Amino acid sequence: MRQFTTKALVLVAATALSLTAACSSSTATPGTSGSAAGGQKYIAIISKGFQHQFWQAVKKGADDEAAKEGVKVTFEGPASESEVEAQLTMLENAIAKKPDAIAFAALDTKAASGALDKIKSQNIPLVAFDSGVDSDAPLTTVATDNIAAAGEAAKHMCQLIGNAGKVGVIVHDQTSRTGIDRRDGFLKGMKDTCPNATVLPVQYGAGDQAKSADIAKSIIQANPDIKGFFGANEGSAVGVVKAVQELNKTGLAVIGFDSGKAQKDAITAGIMSGAVTQDPIGMGAATVKAAVDAINKKSVDKKISSGYYWFDKTNMADPKIAAVLYD
Amino acid sequence: MTQPTPSAATSTVAAVEAGASSMLRRSLQQLLAFAGLIGIFIVFAIASPAVFPTYTNVIQILFSAVVIGLLSLGATLVIITGGIDLSVGTGMALCAVMSATFIVNWHIPVLIGVIMALLFGGLIGLVNGFNVAFLKLPPFIATLAMMMVASGLALVVSDKRPIYFDQGSGYAHLSTGSLIPGVEFPNAIIIYAVAAIVAGVLLNKTLLGRYDLAIGSNVEATALSGVNVRKWMVIIYAVAGLFTGLAGVMISARLGSAQPATGAGYELYAIAAVVIGGTSLSGGRGSMLGTIIGSLIIAVINNGLQIISVPQEWQNVILGVVILLAVFADQFRTRT
Repeated sequence: MRQFTTKALVLVAATALSLTAACSSSTATPGTSGSAAGGQKYIAIISKGFQHQFWQAVKKGADDEAAKEGVKVTFEGPASESEVEAQLTMLENAIAKKPDAIAFAALDTKAASGALDKIKSQNIPLVAFDSGVDSDAPLTTVATDNIAAAGEAAKHMCQLIGNAGKVGVIVHDQTSRTGIDRRDGFLKGMKDTCPNATVLPVQYGAGDQAKSADIAKSIIQANPDIKGFFGANEGSAVGVVKAVQELNKTGLAVIGFDSGKAQKDAITAGIMSGAVTQDPIGMGAATVKAAVDAINKKSVDKKISSGYYWFDKTNMADPKIAAVLYD
Repeated sequence: MTQPTPSAATSTVAAVEAGASSMLRRSLQQLLAFAGLIGIFIVFAIASPAVFPTYTNVIQILFSAVVIGLLSLGATLVIITGGIDLSVGTGMALCAVMSATFIVNWHIPVLIGVIMALLFGGLIGLVNGFNVAFLKLPPFIATLAMMMVASGLALVVSDKRPIYFDQGSGYAHLSTGSLIPGVEFPNAIIIYAVAAIVAGVLLNKTLLGRYDLAIGSNVEATALSGVNVRKWMVIIYAVAGLFTGLAGVMISARLGSAQPATGAGYELYAIAAVVIGGTSLSGGRGSMLGTIIGSLIIAVINNGLQIISVPQEWQNVILGVVILLAVFADQFRTRT
């Protein structure tokens, strides 16, 4: 009798929790078996996860292109962009499924080298996207030129602060290509175009909005005469915006990276001066197209640049710009 | 008129002395933690006298301590039973997502939605408590599993995207608004203070707190003395879950959105705050005041190191050393 009550209680608790799952919109789970023999081609895409809305836009581009080309894609990633090992495991699992091609956005440029060797030895075409890898395994890398994009941000920062004053920088990490390139690109851009400005020591917030906000607040507190602030990805930039709002700080030129609803709203409200956006939809589409070309043994360029754009209040509504912005 | 026998008198005196010394020891524990907090504050104030000890910066420190502080209040209750709750970080994210689902997607009024989010945190705690007390799963495993379930559910319910609150709904005011107009004192700090007082009262003045400490010291003796230990374990975990729910509300109010992929790692800071405050991981004794001081110590260290521009890599190293020192000091004190 007691065992029955216990089991009944377990069932009730499990049902209660699964009810929360039921109130979500249904997400189609594509089959995880390998590609159908001789049938539809299957491309496994390992992205950086779901911490930023950027990846949803990449997924959309990839899904649309896959539908056009008639291939099947799966899109996976770890919960946060610091989980290098979790992403590695996903990559290994994808290899085990023997897909027709793999697309990979590395959280760490070196960590996956063992898995990449395996991919090469099994002759699975590999497309790197967003962040490249230190390896010759990928047939092509589809990415934004992050160094140039961050340099563009530096150019606008210099104009906004009048080529003098202190500038703070928050980057998401030091291990991924995007983190390294955007930091270096911004610092180089500031040194080249803005020699009279002082860039404060770079801080890292793991792309966590709350953490980046606390860091930004401390930097602004410690440097009340600060003139500008750059956030190198969506989470970092939103953190800077939150810091400015919480401190009621005025006269600070905030520049962000990528888009997303929070940054777009901040630009419309005037808290953020502008941002550099990538073309995530285009990146997703170009990644799938390159993978399909590789499967069909067509030649692909070693580097495919998916483009970046500066946007602010004046050009946000421009159809060309609006097309690459996302919520 | 009978005089008390000499042996009775001496044993009474001995009992009073023992009671006094244990009370002294408990006060000493809190005193040490508080002295540590003041000491660290003074060090940073000397290192950066123009910026660190200002009103604005102190408010900032308090504000940054709110979310982890709330998580650590609930964690204290669980740790005192000798257990641990690894699910508070991702549970917080799930509660934030549920709060947004209630208020934004289901159009439930803000205050009711907040209460529902708190209760949802309680539900997560209830399941944890059930797994520990009735299914006899070790707390580490039970809450580890819940941590993973919560992190997945947060993505499922939110469809992997953040849910934004309407700017006009007043939700963000829970965190950054000011009750006293014109004075800079964020509501988040007030809410944390109230929650801390409630937690302190729970632990020190209610049956729940009494049984919490009893279960942690000796669960068999407590059960043998007629207490329904299993029921109270479930209640303790559920109440701890309420604090997780509140933390979810507060972080989503600050950010203006529910971020489903956040929270992983927050549980470790919550546990660190509890440990620095002097609560023993083996259970049986602890203090809410200690936990609050522990949360403030972490916030002060993070803020201070930032202000004096210590490279970020070193901040975690220093935090880890502080935890070691705190546990060592605590063990040293109880051994002598």
